Amino acid sequence: MKTFTFRKGGIHPPQCKNTAEMPITPAPQAPLLTLLLSQSIGAPSKPVVKPGDKVAAGQPIAEPGGFVGAWVHSPCAGTVKKIETVRTPQGYPAEALTIERDPQSTEVFSYPPMNPADASSEDLVARVREAGIVGLGGATFPTSVKLTPPKGMTPRCVILNGAECEPYLTCDDRLMREHAPEIAEGAFCLMRAVGVRHCYIGIEDNKPEAIAAMREAASQYSGMEVCVLRAKYPQGGEKQLIAAILGREVPSGALPVSVGAVVDNVATAFAVQQAVVLGKPLTGRVLTITGEGALNPGNYYVELGTPLTSLLQTDERVDKIIGGGPMMGRAMSNLDTPTTKGLSGVLTMCLGSMPDIQPCIRCGACYSACPMGLEPMLLARQSENSDWEYAARSGVMDCIECGSCAYTCPSNRRLLDWIRYSKTQVRKLKS
Amino acid sequence: MTTFWLTILILGVTGLLAAVVLYAVAKKFYVYEDPRIAEVEELLPGANCGGCGFKGCHDFATACATATSLEGLNCPGAGKGGMDAIGILLGMTVTAGIRKVATLTCSGGCAKRPLVNKFSGPASCSIEASVYSGETLCAYGCLGGGDCVRACPHGAMHINPETLLPEVDSARCTGCGVCVKACPRSLMRLSEVPQSYHTVVRVACANHDRGPAAMKACEVSCIGCGKCKKACENGAISIDRFCASIDPTICNRCGACVEVCPRQTILVKQIAEFQRQ
Repeated sequence: MKTFTFRKGGIHPPQCKNTAEMPITPAPQAPLLTLLLSQSIGAPSKPVVKPGDKVAAGQPIAEPGGFVGAWVHSPCAGTVKKIETVRTPQGYPAEALTIERDPQSTEVFSYPPMNPADASSEDLVARVREAGIVGLGGATFPTSVKLTPPKGMTPRCVILNGAECEPYLTCDDRLMREHAPEIAEGAFCLMRAVGVRHCYIGIEDNKPEAIAAMREAASQYSGMEVCVLRAKYPQGGEKQLIAAILGREVPSGALPVSVGAVVDNVATAFAVQQAVVLGKPLTGRVLTITGEGALNPGNYYVELGTPLTSLLQTDERVDKIIGGGPMMGRAMSNLDTPTTKGLSGVLTMCLGSMPDIQPCIRCGACYSACPMGLEPMLLARQSENSDWEYAARSGVMDCIECGSCAYTCPSNRRLLDWIRYSKTQVRKLKS
Repeated sequence: MTTFWLTILILGVTGLLAAVVLYAVAKKFYVYEDPRIAEVEELLPGANCGGCGFKGCHDFATACATATSLEGLNCPGAGKGGMDAIGILLGMTVTAGIRKVATLTCSGGCAKRPLVNKFSGPASCSIEASVYSGETLCAYGCLGGGDCVRACPHGAMHINPETLLPEVDSARCTGCGVCVKACPRSLMRLSEVPQSYHTVVRVACANHDRGPAAMKACEVSCIGCGKCKKACENGAISIDRFCASIDPTICNRCGACVEVCPRQTILVKQIAEFQRQ
């Protein structure tokens, strides 16, 4: 069997996909939901309801703050309690809407269903926007913006990202196994929305069941094809996926559409299908609870805004909880926080103590691991010296923050922390 | 023997040619610079801290030498003695600028703010602040990583080993503002100290949370109760999002606010006479 892969760098961390055989189950419904107003990249959303208002399940409650922004919908029927400041998983304050569930009410708000085969491209993009769909792989970039390529660029294909190269996470794997026809139909909606005839679905070869299910579903549509990828991290990086499947490299600073590709996650395709065919806005997502310290590991369908404290049961050995996967996820210091559109998993780790940071021995392991061909050691050093102009010249903005450099470093240097910081500073310098 | 003389000849001719070229280039590209610029620069500390508002000591010296009066030109690092010497050199009178001193807008030392988690990343406040809100429940306070201490070009700062907060040695602080830029939370602030005063009265807290959250996070947090604002006769205190601040230019150092503060958040800092190092 032919497998696709990107060439430069990459690592092979242990898979640890412990929850791969656990079917998706609905998580218990919380009586009080807290919806953060900034759940996507771009401007925070603005509330369109007032405290005391009655809302139906699926009713829009906050509008996008700008072109790059997304609608937020109420996952349940109930009453808007208040608009207050809560803390994000990283402990910083953020605005949020709280909704008290009304168990008696069965009121449901939905958009009129559409037939993707004869809907126009504009209508499909508008539906994706009003349904509040963002990239569910973790980057939370509004999907409608992705489906509106800038002038002068013509997309030639849609790539569905089902690589799920992050260790531990299994939510996309389970979704592909259990909802393959819906994902394929969602992919068809995306193809119609951008007006292309080809769709490639990239899945790593460590998920044979998902590959089989998606192959069968894709055979219903012409031009849709499953590409088996070699299991290697970060195979699911947008640029790596394009390099693997199309054999083309996205130029520095350019959008993927400049090489003719629109890349979306399989979970996003599922959400698009729900929005277009059933008229359901994005009010929940599949999330993996995993790790050595989780007492209730599994894949759950959670309503957005469910407090993590009600979802997660951990034993006392846990000393680190990460939102997302172990490679790109961010450690959480505050568990009194709601789930968001971008949260693909909660990983509980029992590490004991973190290894000490040692001096760089210039072994070059990070150079060979970097999938973007950058020099992480150099970039980190420039960041330590606050030399932002040099860092910008060295291509720090091309870093995809995959964390391969920090993973391979034998001196346990926190290279990615420095590089990430450098990126924020260079961005400030440019604006 | 011919090799010997040939070597001497070739090296000699090469040297001569190089000398002629160097001389011609030096003549052709000669730039006149006011000799007083170098003399003024000698009198400056040479820290290139930027406290004067120029890019570095050389730029400041150029500005002094080309200016018609020294009004508005002040090197805080040179101190009064240094500025007087520059005035004598250039034959102009020096007008004294208002002294500025950096102060920390946080007093939550380790005994005052309970730790709720542990940061195991690089020892740098900028990184810690970019990753998350810190080891305590206060998302506004000092992280104690020492970015300001490392940035200070005058060696005026150190971390207090008991509180683990940075402290400013006012006798060395020139008010250049390098630490202000280094702090990711903007907790280092410059306070103006007019000549008639020897203290700075400040609200040593930047917590904008509501009262209960602020109280939970730290023993000495400002809760925005407004008692200090009522006590102040001069109207120097303003409250923005549950946190008070004192305008040092209006404050007359009466100390009324210090007495009424229920949280012991308002502190008086003695400012020592600046000593040139």
